[in-house]
Amino acid sequence: MSEAQEEGVAGAADQASADAETKAPDLSGIRIGVVGAGLMGRGVSFRFAKFGATVTLIDRDDAALQEAHKALRNIARHDVLFNQARESLRAPERIHLTTELESLAECAFVVENITENIEAKLALYRRMKPILNEECVLAVNTSAISITRLAALLADPARVLGIHFMNPVHMKHTAEMIRGFHTTEASLEYAQSILARAGMEAVVVNDLPGFVSNRVLMLTVNEAIFTVQDGVATPEDVDRIFRECFGHPMGPLATGDLIGLDTILYTLDVLLEAYNDPKFRPAPLLRKMVDAGRLGRKSGEGFFKY
Amino acid sequence: MTANDNDQLKSDIRDYFKSNMGKDARFADGDDIFADGLVNSLFALQLVTFLEDSFKITVENDDLDLQNFRSVDAIADFVGRKRNNSAA
Repeated sequence: MSEAQEEGVAGAADQASADAETKAPDLSGIRIGVVGAGLMGRGVSFRFAKFGATVTLIDRDDAALQEAHKALRNIARHDVLFNQARESLRAPERIHLTTELESLAECAFVVENITENIEAKLALYRRMKPILNEECVLAVNTSAISITRLAALLADPARVLGIHFMNPVHMKHTAEMIRGFHTTEASLEYAQSILARAGMEAVVVNDLPGFVSNRVLMLTVNEAIFTVQDGVATPEDVDRIFRECFGHPMGPLATGDLIGLDTILYTLDVLLEAYNDPKFRPAPLLRKMVDAGRLGRKSGEGFFKY
Repeated sequence: MTANDNDQLKSDIRDYFKSNMGKDARFADGDDIFADGLVNSLFALQLVTFLEDSFKITVENDDLDLQNFRSVDAIADFVGRKRNNSAA
């Protein structure tokens, strides 16, 4: 890293602490890196840029960046529709799209959002290790992958934590934050202050596969599928019980369709391997539907038709 | 816009709603689809793009008001106004 870049980083950190003292409400003056320009990466970038941060959104794929450019405008329009946030229309101007991973050297905070594939993540962390500056706090955005395992690949595992953002990020104001084995309180507090300035709160939990959210949700969706498989109830009736008796906005089978049944199956397999506990075994009906291409909303049909 | 055009417009909008909510979805032309939870908020974005593509209108920044998109009636009024403005 050049001296100029080091000064830049120190300057950003000073600015950040000055902002904290004056209780500045936003992220002005803070440079945030986001790796992976898929659905989650775009949403996270937009949220931080809306609250004033200068965001560098990185993807190795030019086509993904071009798609992100269009998608960011649409997120801004959606935010205006639902949150009457007209300033959102300018947020995409603060997001710089690039294929250069080296740009992360200038960032005080980095969110990594690439695809939920352990091999791809391991390769990326090896590449990021020499680039990240020593002040940088890195958040892994994942729904199931071990934070502790990824943190071990970077120079300072104490500065690595997980944030499980919910989609759509600009509409969801709470995230699940994960304390890795070596994560320090200072790192958690810094990440929480970044989220707070973007109008968000975090619920901090410890690092075990699936954390709280997916460890519980995946079992619920899977067991709901077992009830359909075993002829206990139709998909319509299973979801109706959750909506009308429990007051959930959406039933477990519609939730599975929304997430994608292939993703549900993959996550259950990951949890089964991690805990070696048969309670995570995927319902045979789930596997059959995925084999048949009934993946939920994205394929037009899952437990329900779309 | 003639009364027939308006009927066709509403019919197209109803079909689009049904294609997203399921064929058995029941709603009246005046029902607020967002308040009634018939669609999730992400649908709004698809809806704006659908209107631009299907009815050859441009949804400007000043048009980004949920009141324009809440129901079949509201959307038909909005598209009608946009068409009249561009014709004028």
